[in-house]
Order: sequence, then structure tokens, then C-alpha cells
Amino acid sequence: MAAEQVQTFSDANFSQQVLQASSPVLVDFWAEWCAPCKRLGPTVDALAAEYQGKVVVGKMNVDENPSTPEKYAIRGIPTLLLFKGGEVVESVVGLQQKDDLKKILDRHV
Amino acid sequence: MSDSRQLVIIGSGPAGLTAALYTARANLNPLLIEGLEAGGQLMLTTLVENFPGFRDGIMGPDLMGEMRAQAERFGAEIRQGDVTAVDLRKEPFRIVMGSEEIRTRTLIIATGASARLIGLPAERALMGHGVSTCATCDGYFFKGQEIAVVGGGDSAMEEATFLTRFASKVHLVHRRGDLRASKIMQERALANDKIVWRLNNVIDEIRDPAQGQVSSILLRNVVDGERTEVPLSGVFVAIGHRPNTSLFTDQLEMDAHGYILTHDGSRTSVPGVFACGDVQDRVYRQAITAAGSGCMAAIDCERYLEALAQGLPEAVPIEN
Repeated sequence: MAAEQVQTFSDANFSQQVLQASSPVLVDFWAEWCAPCKRLGPTVDALAAEYQGKVVVGKMNVDENPSTPEKYAIRGIPTLLLFKGGEVVESVVGLQQKDDLKKILDRHV
Repeated sequence: MSDSRQLVIIGSGPAGLTAALYTARANLNPLLIEGLEAGGQLMLTTLVENFPGFRDGIMGPDLMGEMRAQAERFGAEIRQGDVTAVDLRKEPFRIVMGSEEIRTRTLIIATGASARLIGLPAERALMGHGVSTCATCDGYFFKGQEIAVVGGGDSAMEEATFLTRFASKVHLVHRRGDLRASKIMQERALANDKIVWRLNNVIDEIRDPAQGQVSSILLRNVVDGERTEVPLSGVFVAIGHRPNTSLFTDQLEMDAHGYILTHDGSRTSVPGVFACGDVQDRVYRQAITAAGSGCMAAIDCERYLEALAQGLPEAVPIEN
């Protein structure tokens, strides 16, 4: 269910859907070969459902979209970046508890 | 909210999942709690070639997926969440997960071990920004770049070899002149001409936290004291693991390194509490030995509960 609220970001749509968005956007950088990313996936799905209408939540596959991770100097995944008005306002690397992520999101909604 | 159980297993690596498989088949209705690092260290590896039964090897995460499914097939209940506190001073034992509390007659500890860090301030500051403990997760971001792997054991050899797929050059930094790694892993790494050997060297400094990225490492040769600065963009730390036992400090007997001490198989200093896998093993630390000790803990636990039911001496509850 929750997965329906999760956007799929790409190098092509990143500028429009993330940088120019009117609400905060949480981007989950992940890859198929990254076990911790898969572990974090359901948490991100749950956040998408809980913050519907307040925060746009989406995932970006780093294999398919190399430019954006490079632009933001991503050196490890999972990495979550929170964008507001086109700028990175929060950056979290590695597996996280849902409650800790909620605290971070709550600072910006 | 309180939940009452016969058996709780903390940890979901090979030890915890094997204990869950055996105790589920013995109808002990185990509840297994898997934390943030679910699946354990094998989730961060690639091909596992030394787990018997898989002649062509099996990917670490796939092996853990199989073990988990097998335990669930026989009725093990698996719950996600981090245990925040335990109280082993009296029975039933108390397991706290945030606002939730579980009471249990027996406990199997399989919390494993986590990657050890060098201990440099810059290491933490740059974690995820060039410093990593997971080659399979982060190697991809270092295509065509120079990186360092720190360590002299099997994991360091495996990571260095794996990382040559991406990196232009891998500096293998080890504080001794000889390697601890197994022969086959050493030979593979030694045959790889992308690996530059920096033996007898330690990292004194990782630069540059102010820039928020790794720009170089400062090496010091422990034999002649010579210092070398190596420009590179990533540092992978593979210098071993430390047991995850902080939950049990002052409640269970441990050795000087924080490993839980076991006797007569998997029994700890508290009757009814058993330990298996890397949390109590500073010698072997293999997936197969972890699984084997998980089986031992399951059988010890089963016998303990049987003795308890029959009022036998082993079952005398702890007086407090």
C-alpha cells in the first residue's frame, strides 16, 4: 500500500520533482546489491505513508542514475537526503530507526 | 504492554536463526528479535565460499534469507526492533524494546559483533563520506579512484580484492609485517596487481574532515617511523569486530574484551541464559561455527526447560 506513495526519482526528473518541489522532499539513494538499503526500504515506505501531504518521499536507484549521487558527493548507501527549496537540509548515512528519521523530518514540516 | 514467553532469542545472524530453527522444531515457540543490523555480518558480504553445502558458493544475503525462511517455516516468530534494556537479575527475565516489555523464562543471546573502528576522530566524522566499513555497500562510489583498506585478516583481503573491481588502486594498510588472513585469501590478494602493500604501517590521520570528504591518509611506518601521505578518496576499515554485549554489562560474566563467557556448551553465568555465535567466540568467528553454536544453545535451552518442568536441580530459580 505504502509503496504507492513512494516516488521514483531519476537523473532526468530530479530537478523538476525534487529541486523545484514546493514541499520538502526525502530522497532515498539505494541499489539492488546493497543489503542495508533493502532493509531500510520498508521504513522509507512507511514514512511516505505517514507524511503524505507533508513530505514527498522517493527513491533513486544509484546504478540507473549515476549523475545525481555524484553531484551530491554520495560515498555510501543507504543515504537519505532531505531537500527543501532545492537545498539539502538534512543528510543521513546508513541504517536508521524509523523514530529517529521521524524526529529529523519533524524539524522541517 | 507485557508479553510472556518461554524463549526469546536476540539476534538474527547464523547463530540466532539456527537457534530459532531448532527451538521452533522442538515446539518452544521461540520469539526472535532482529535489530537494525538484521541478518548480521553476512548481509555485508558477497560470495560465501566456505559454508558447507554450497559448492559454488552462495551470496551472504541469500544465505541469510534462506536461514530466516527456514526458521519461519517451522513456526519461529520474528519481530523487528532494537532491544533497549534487559534485566536478568530474576526470572522471568525482562526484555525491553522501547515502550514494549517482554518477559521470558529463557534467553538465547546471539547479538554478534560489529565492525571495530581505528579510533581516529576523523573516522567518525567522515563515515559515509569516504570512510566505510562495508565494501559491498560503498565500493561502487569509488570507480577509478584510489582507496585504502585497513586490516590484515580475511575480511581485509576479501574487501581489498573485491574493491579492485571499482578502484584504480587499493592500498592495503596493515600494522604488522605479516598477514593473519587464511592462505587462499592472501594468495588471491597477493596475485592482484591493483593492490599496493603498505605493511608495517598505521594510519595516523585521515584528511580532511573540514572539507567533509577523504582527501588523503597519513601513514606512519611502525618499524622506521617514516611518514607518508597518500592522496586517496576512500578508507575501508576491516580491522575486526567487537562483541555487541553492552546490554548485558554487569549482568553476565564476560572476558576482558567484552565477550560473554560460556561453560558446559552455551550456558552463561545466569541459569536460563545461553549465548551463541560471535558474541561469545573470539577464536573461530565463522558463519558455520556460529550456526553450530546456535544449535548447541537451542539444545541446551530445551534441556534446561525440560529440567525446569521436572523440578530437577539445574532448574532452581535464582534467588534474589
